Amino acid sequence: MLSMFIKIFRTGIVTEQVIDKTVDEYESLGIEVKRGIDKNFAGSLAIRQVDAGSCNACELEIHALNNPYYDIERFGIHFVASPRHADVLLVTGPVSRNMETALKRTYEAMPEPKWVIAAGDCACNGGEFGVSYASCGALENVLPVDVLIPGCPPTPTQLLIGLLAALR
Amino acid sequence: MNTTDILQPFIDSCNQSGLKLSGLDSILLAPAHCVCVFHSDWSATIKLARDAEFRFCAFWCQEKMNELEALVCLEKNGQYLVLRTDVTPEITLASISPIYPVANRLERHASDLLGLQFHDQTDSRRWVRHQAWSQGEYPLRTSFPLNPERNSTPADDSYPFLMVQGAGVIEIPVGPVHAGIIEPGHFRFQAVGETILNLEERLGYVHKGIEKLAMGRDVYKLVRLASRISGDSTVAHCWAACQAFERAGKIDVPARALHIRAIMAERERIANHMGDIGAICNDVGFAFAQYQFTRLKEDWVRLNQTLFGHRFMMDKIIAGGVVVDLDDHGIELLRQQIAKMEPEVKTIVERLEGSESLEDRLMTTGRLTPEQASQYSTIGYTGKASGQCFDVRSAAPYPPYDQLSVTIPGYRAGDVAARAKVRADEIDISLKLILRLLDSLPTGSICADWSGVIKNAEGIGFIEGWRGEILTYIRMNEQGKVQRFFPRDPSWLMWPALELLIHGNIVPDFPVCNKSVNGSYSGQDL
Repeated sequence: MLSMFIKIFRTGIVTEQVIDKTVDEYESLGIEVKRGIDKNFAGSLAIRQVDAGSCNACELEIHALNNPYYDIERFGIHFVASPRHADVLLVTGPVSRNMETALKRTYEAMPEPKWVIAAGDCACNGGEFGVSYASCGALENVLPVDVLIPGCPPTPTQLLIGLLAALR
Repeated sequence: MNTTDILQPFIDSCNQSGLKLSGLDSILLAPAHCVCVFHSDWSATIKLARDAEFRFCAFWCQEKMNELEALVCLEKNGQYLVLRTDVTPEITLASISPIYPVANRLERHASDLLGLQFHDQTDSRRWVRHQAWSQGEYPLRTSFPLNPERNSTPADDSYPFLMVQGAGVIEIPVGPVHAGIIEPGHFRFQAVGETILNLEERLGYVHKGIEKLAMGRDVYKLVRLASRISGDSTVAHCWAACQAFERAGKIDVPARALHIRAIMAERERIANHMGDIGAICNDVGFAFAQYQFTRLKEDWVRLNQTLFGHRFMMDKIIAGGVVVDLDDHGIELLRQQIAKMEPEVKTIVERLEGSESLEDRLMTTGRLTPEQASQYSTIGYTGKASGQCFDVRSAAPYPPYDQLSVTIPGYRAGDVAARAKVRADEIDISLKLILRLLDSLPTGSICADWSGVIKNAEGIGFIEGWRGEILTYIRMNEQGKVQRFFPRDPSWLMWPALELLIHGNIVPDFPVCNKSVNGSYSGQDL
């Protein structure tokens, strides 16, 4: 147990120590996002993420938002399990036809007001998959979309920029 | 052991049993040996192969004139054997699912998409077909349009799940939308109290029509699609597709390009294994590992961005080679990162191994016995944790692994702890492997000079992705466009293992058991 604490202690808080350019950018973006969240959402923005047909690369980057470098929760953003608790629906992937109804039901379960963000090229415009017998293509073909975050996949910083756009 | 040692006894036993094999060809789908079987001999031949201890790799189907052709790939001692048979519309093919249980979902996938009919199937329900197309429609046939007129798709609420009845039995439906940032799928549990009696998986939710989209593409566009089969395996799937194509077109890939591919593939393996070990520990509330490994993983993928221009190295492999070269500075950065990473990983893994609470939660949890793993043809880290130590890099090494010996970890405990341990071992092995690849990095070009079009050819690729063996089959038509593309993600052979190993465990342990197997939804749904 002691050795674990030593490791934690020696690792320190990477969130603040990093002087990488991209992280600086992330920090300043994060502060702006936090202001928006404080103003419009009483300090807390709840996101329900749904993979509607993604290849899972977008999910890996959304996961990365929670790693110690980005630590998105410090800006008041957290991911929730139930759509009933969510302010924002963050959708990745082209909407596969097999996920169409499940996605709509998730949206319907969210309380008003609600925002929808399309994350990644597939959700934005159908990406590599487009419209077919198996795919509805872009998210806007299924739900009203408020913000688009392009990228294949969007990096954690691009995701934060997109969230900022949603708050403006 | 050479080819004839493996194949000849099998061919002899087929002849003795009166089964006719024809057109034995070791060049067409090299390195696999290819042989045609008469459709009525199909299951008898494959039963003999099972008796000769061949391992099941894949089953797929393709259109051939007005008929269908079924193909199965088997492996023994690193030798691959592809058996193929023509099936006319009026006949049904004997299912091989009573022989190799994991073939079942691959057969149902072929039924749903191409209309191949079977008899004697262990399970004949639809699989990838939910409500997006009707029974009797076969989207992968050339006569079926890519984008037919479609209304909105209703929920698939009529799938006949296995029912369990009895006093105190409860049923728990989970998904497709899960309580986390993960891919969609449905799990149906039957439990008594907290103990799971049965788990049934229902996948197909992220079916995007990848096989159909591939048809008619040129190789450049195909490779972009292959990179997006499963985002966490983008390098491995891309390499497998390119390897199959290069074999079909007899393209010699420069040695430097092959080394760079392997460096990328090992980096992908390490990144995913780090993420998985962290997530497994986090699923039992041990956040220390999660934060340490997500930190290291972030360091790792940032260097990918610096050196390869993409955090996951997507689209960096192309037919004939790679698009990114490594300069001396880049090589130095790779070495420096490994020098820093190796002791860090070692320290963290030691801490995890010394934790009694982790030991209590992970050991004996979700046990897949070596016998079950063998029967269910389990591969990858799930197989290696249960005594099935197959790894393409050592059993059937493709360049550049043919010049390196790769150590393969193996355990027999088959529990969550063993699957985590295999990953930890593989991180260490891959770190050292990258150093050896850098030491022996050849000079020269990073892409072959080739004509750009390969016509009327077929090829097969075998790549050890981070999850396990990936098999990719490609057939090019007379115009040099893709006629058939079938990527078999290792997840096809891992999802059935999850249904087995969960028996008798408690419902709250499902997330950690699932994470320890970590099958890809997208890679299997296609």
